[in-house]
Amino acid sequence: MDSADIASSKSTLGIVTPQRARFSAPLPLSCGRSLADYELAYETYGTLNDARSNAVLVCHALNASHHVAGVYADDPANVGWWDNMIGPGKPLDTGRFFVVGVNNLGGCHGSTGPLSVNPTTGRPWGADFPLVTVDDWVNAQARLADHLGIRQFAAVMGGSLGAMQCLQWSIAYPERLRHAVVIACAPNLSAQNIAFNEVARQAILTDPDFYGGDYYAHAVQPRRGLRVARMVGHITYLSDDEMASKFGRTLKHGKLNYSFDTEFEIESYLRYQADKFSGYFDANTYLRITKALDYFDPAHAHGDDLARALAPARAGFLVVSFTTDWRFSPERSREIVHALLKNKRDVAYAEIDAPHGHDAFLLDDVRYHRLVAAYFDRVAGGEA
Amino acid sequence: MSRISIDRADFAAIAQWVKPAARVLDLGCGDGALFRYLQQQRGISGYGVEIDDDNVLACVKNGVNVVQRNLERGLHELFEDQSFDYVILSQTLQAMRNGERLIRDMLRVGREGIVTFPNFGYWRNRLQVIRGRMPLSETLPYQWFDTPNIHLCTIADFERFCSERGIRILQRKVLTHGRPLRALPNLLGALAIYHFGAAG
Repeated sequence: MDSADIASSKSTLGIVTPQRARFSAPLPLSCGRSLADYELAYETYGTLNDARSNAVLVCHALNASHHVAGVYADDPANVGWWDNMIGPGKPLDTGRFFVVGVNNLGGCHGSTGPLSVNPTTGRPWGADFPLVTVDDWVNAQARLADHLGIRQFAAVMGGSLGAMQCLQWSIAYPERLRHAVVIACAPNLSAQNIAFNEVARQAILTDPDFYGGDYYAHAVQPRRGLRVARMVGHITYLSDDEMASKFGRTLKHGKLNYSFDTEFEIESYLRYQADKFSGYFDANTYLRITKALDYFDPAHAHGDDLARALAPARAGFLVVSFTTDWRFSPERSREIVHALLKNKRDVAYAEIDAPHGHDAFLLDDVRYHRLVAAYFDRVAGGEA
Repeated sequence: MSRISIDRADFAAIAQWVKPAARVLDLGCGDGALFRYLQQQRGISGYGVEIDDDNVLACVKNGVNVVQRNLERGLHELFEDQSFDYVILSQTLQAMRNGERLIRDMLRVGREGIVTFPNFGYWRNRLQVIRGRMPLSETLPYQWFDTPNIHLCTIADFERFCSERGIRILQRKVLTHGRPLRALPNLLGALAIYHFGAAG
């Protein structure tokens, strides 16, 4: 799910510039601690209208960032992770909407996180950076909205973990969004989902270069652990069929070599993805994001009744799932839809028959993109 | 399972039975045309259910709340008991593999059901069968080898089906060329529209 893999065409948005906002009011966190002050890295595309009513917040998933679309002037190969969805004439049209992307707290792309210097010690936070949750992220995003003068978003949009943030927005700040675009989501992680996350975490935590999370002081990264973590993740992003059609049992060198070097194409693919990822992603961030995923469960505080959890929501919803997504299967999206229907919310729900598994939410698919475009027409119509 | 738009006479008939501001679930809602009609005429709210990608897209474009679902899978998982005033199944029953289960599900989810279907007993259909051919008519426009219809029935069949299962028929309307019929409905009627509820 790296930007270079996703960008099927050159960005139409062009050059974008990351920005930062500093917040000095303490942010109370779910874990009981608070962040005295923090920075959020963000990007915006398009123009905020005079009524400040055309803003769309795009929330990122596990490994992405505020760099949602466009390219950087000094790094034209670095295409935003959802560039096929967002830009002039794209389903989320920056000619019409003011799009905001934000790197979540605890991230490693510019927002305050384990890599940042803890002002009380003068050293990187490292292991001491709090375990942040989806709720915390959304609270921080709301402060960014205040900073940008956005009282109410036309829509909050996300896929996967990003979609969980949409749900949380609709619950925590119901009056601050008119629509929620919830793609490839689940109302909480299954035991199997948590199990995969735990394998990923154990790979990192047991890497000798992890040093209990304070590896910065040793000038190393637990790369081996991050690599395995990324491999596990990638397996869950693809469907069995997609892997079969993309790689099958194809051998890299045409014959068996009776060795542990890469022999099958799928091994080569996983190692490539792992190498790339471990070169830019921070292990402490990865650990925290998998925990945020595991913890997300808005229904839990309501007797596991998702409809009760979503009762405050006032937004209209577009919910989209993908038939071959076994990480967050359509059944999980139907739980969300069921809860929204029970609450008599406005809902459009589509199951896109796509072969790509969970990754489908990032890929080009005409039916999927047309649907999102049509929904944003509705969003735009309602705001005029 | 796309809806045949012969004319909108069945829409008007359905709208007459639907109370203003009712909660409606429209099964096999197509592009949302009936739902929108009922929104305009009766101020209803609720959802459409549709399997086809293009129709789901059309519903989103038309501002109709739509849930993509294969009705053969039933209405469980998504819809609560007695959560709608009416559940409508318009010109879809004859294309269902298990229509009986769906009608039961309609009465689980809704207080009342409205169903429309082509009457196989319509004289034009009968005449063609007597002549040894599968019928083609205003409500049965498909060739036998290329039809979504697998469970066709007559008005008499449907009424027996309801009485055997304790389903109470509340109202009936039979149309031919969009005009209501009074006499010999099973012979002269092309399209049957029923409003029914659970046994009282």
